[in-house]
Amino acid sequence: MSSFWSAWVIILTVVTFIGTFWVLFANRTRAPADPEQTTGHAADGIEEYDNPLPYWWFLMFMITLVFGVAYLVVYPGLGNFQGLLGWNSTQQWENEVARAEERFSAVRYRYLAMPIEEVTEHPEALRMGQRLYGVNCSVCHGADAKGAYGFPNLADGDWLWGGTPDAIKHTLIYARQAAMPPWEAALGDEGIRNVAAYVVQLSGREVNDEMAAAGKTQYDMLCVACHGPEGKGNPVLGAPNLTNGIWLYGGSESEIQHTLRVGRNGVMPAFGEQLSEDKIHLITAYIYNLSQE
Amino acid sequence: MSETAISSAGSATGTTAQMGVDKATLNHPVYNYKVVRQFAVMTVVWGIVGMLVGVLIAAQLAWPILNTELPYFHFGRLRPLHTNAVIFAFGGCALFASSLFVVQRTCQVRLISDTLAAAVFWGWQLVILCAAITLPLGLTSSKEYAELEWPIDLLIAVVWVLYAILYFGTIMKRKVQHIYVANWFFGAFIITVAILHIVNSLAIPVSMTKSYSIYAGTVDAMVQWWYGHNAVGFFLTAGFLGIMYYFVPKQAERPVYSYRLSIVHFWALIAVYIWAGPHHLHYTALPDWAQSLGMVMSLILLAPSWGGMINGMMTLSGAWHKLRTDPILRFLVVSLSFYGMSTFEGPMMSIKTVNALSHYTDWTIGHVHSGALGWVAMVSIGAMYHLLPILFGRERMYSIDLINVHFWMSTIGTVLYIASMWVNGILQGLMWRAYNQDGTLTYTFVEALQASYPGYYVRLIGGGIFFLGMLVMAYNLYMTVTTDETAEEQAPSGSQPVAGAA
Repeated sequence: MSSFWSAWVIILTVVTFIGTFWVLFANRTRAPADPEQTTGHAADGIEEYDNPLPYWWFLMFMITLVFGVAYLVVYPGLGNFQGLLGWNSTQQWENEVARAEERFSAVRYRYLAMPIEEVTEHPEALRMGQRLYGVNCSVCHGADAKGAYGFPNLADGDWLWGGTPDAIKHTLIYARQAAMPPWEAALGDEGIRNVAAYVVQLSGREVNDEMAAAGKTQYDMLCVACHGPEGKGNPVLGAPNLTNGIWLYGGSESEIQHTLRVGRNGVMPAFGEQLSEDKIHLITAYIYNLSQE
Repeated sequence: MSETAISSAGSATGTTAQMGVDKATLNHPVYNYKVVRQFAVMTVVWGIVGMLVGVLIAAQLAWPILNTELPYFHFGRLRPLHTNAVIFAFGGCALFASSLFVVQRTCQVRLISDTLAAAVFWGWQLVILCAAITLPLGLTSSKEYAELEWPIDLLIAVVWVLYAILYFGTIMKRKVQHIYVANWFFGAFIITVAILHIVNSLAIPVSMTKSYSIYAGTVDAMVQWWYGHNAVGFFLTAGFLGIMYYFVPKQAERPVYSYRLSIVHFWALIAVYIWAGPHHLHYTALPDWAQSLGMVMSLILLAPSWGGMINGMMTLSGAWHKLRTDPILRFLVVSLSFYGMSTFEGPMMSIKTVNALSHYTDWTIGHVHSGALGWVAMVSIGAMYHLLPILFGRERMYSIDLINVHFWMSTIGTVLYIASMWVNGILQGLMWRAYNQDGTLTYTFVEALQASYPGYYVRLIGGGIFFLGMLVMAYNLYMTVTTDETAEEQAPSGSQPVAGAA
């Protein structure tokens, strides 16, 4: 803040305080000469007494004013004047974070030194992982980690990007971005319906064989690169397995057609910036353990 | 014009009684009652509409499935509709009605222009109509309590300036020397709301329905809450204190307690309130100095706020017995109690350490409604029960018993509402900050949400009762207007004659 604006703030504040003190004192009397005496003016029949300010109210007003002055002396408030205590909110926050780190981080760092598989043998570590999961991950993946439409189930042992401890930790730290392109332009309406029929057939359901056969030709040209010749998917690309009956965006024929038509772009954000590695390690252990049960 | 109309009033009254209210009784020889009557009736209408939307969104919070597929009826769009409808439509009409009535009565002079008065009424109704259409369509500037887009903002500014000309023009023409205290408060409310509205709504339009605020980042937030809190301070406090200062002494038929108290608390209130906005932005990117000033001034605000409560309450000394029989006075006095309570709660919540617990929780919603339902709505309802019979040329409302029923519905509804939100707010605040021995948070957000459901049901019940009370009022108003004056002896209007209007 420039010294002009600092002075602006200080002067306005001081004038407000002085004015308020003045208005309070200027109207202070002990008692009226005659309690039944009105001011003499009447508005539409309403008269006014001129009783003195209630003493307790006067005191209360004074106390808050004096407190206000004192507060502005010791805390920042008057423009650039920092206050006698030298307090500021940034420092308070940093101190609190540092205190919490000092108090709690030792517990977590003990587990960071262990491989994930070993961490899962410590119930208190899993409990910490679960709480961190609850605060950071449950919004999308659910409190039970069973996912929702568009958000993968983490407890079923099926993985888009791999389910090893290292793969899970990598996902948490660095984010994942899936990209199923839209195929409407390439396939046309009939092509979409044929390929969808084939995908349904891949997951072991009855379909019109003719359509599925036509769809397979196009699948082998366009889809095979990511989803593989047998439709088993590819964890390197995050391409889902199409044969196991687990569907992120719905498995009905019409929903598969929709996915083919407009594409999908699933995003898992990176947590490496906001969570320290010791915390991510605990969350990884919790999630890994869920899929092992 | 109206002077000629009144000359035939004597003969007209008896013969045209079957018409309900005959025209002649609606014209006052001196004052413009027409605009007051229009605003008073619309106060009841918009009260019902705004509170119905409130009940609906309370139900949506209790049962999220009520957020239908249609975007127009989604919580996110109905919530600003609710706040705009109750503050600016219901509260606004109550303020227009009472201020335009009070300024004429206390200045002993007719409004300077009937055309201007009609323009203010129809202009304001147009603003409300525009809001009711654009908000469900999702057209919003996204500024809380200032969501309306720029063409409507311009319309508001125009109507408000006309209102200011009408009001202050009438003050200047007054036939008494002294300007009554109610008019100080109305005057402060009109001037400050104009400034707040214009400064906060400054925006660069990109199309008829979209604009961007000229402020950015923290400055935008600060301007927004400078506006937001002073909408509370000058619209919902100063304006309604103006109502209080006329209708409480009038209904109690007692002199105002202390003239000097009204001077001190008026000047202190308007000088200090304008600083209080930053307490909405504690522990944010707002610089520390602004947060400190906001908190300090909010604390100092306690005494000036209570000055109005004391002056209203003590006006009843010597007339307390009237509370036993007069439900209108009950409305006014209980509204002052809620006013005192919420203006104590406000400064407390502005203390940073308290705010760290209360902020972002339902406590804030409870605090707002102890002011909005307990103070603003109840003082308006009391004032309207005093006004409506005068405006329709009646001795009193159709049924005093129904006013009493309405009073208890309002009181019980308000208490249920705010108590449930206190419980929810403190529960949420404590659950959010609870942590385990290993430093992890004890509860996830959704657990605090789940724990809040009982409060959401109780809030819905409380709000629903308050809303039903407004329907009782509408029925009472309808019967007051349509019931034959001569048949009133047999009408089931309670046995107490005291609630009659002066």
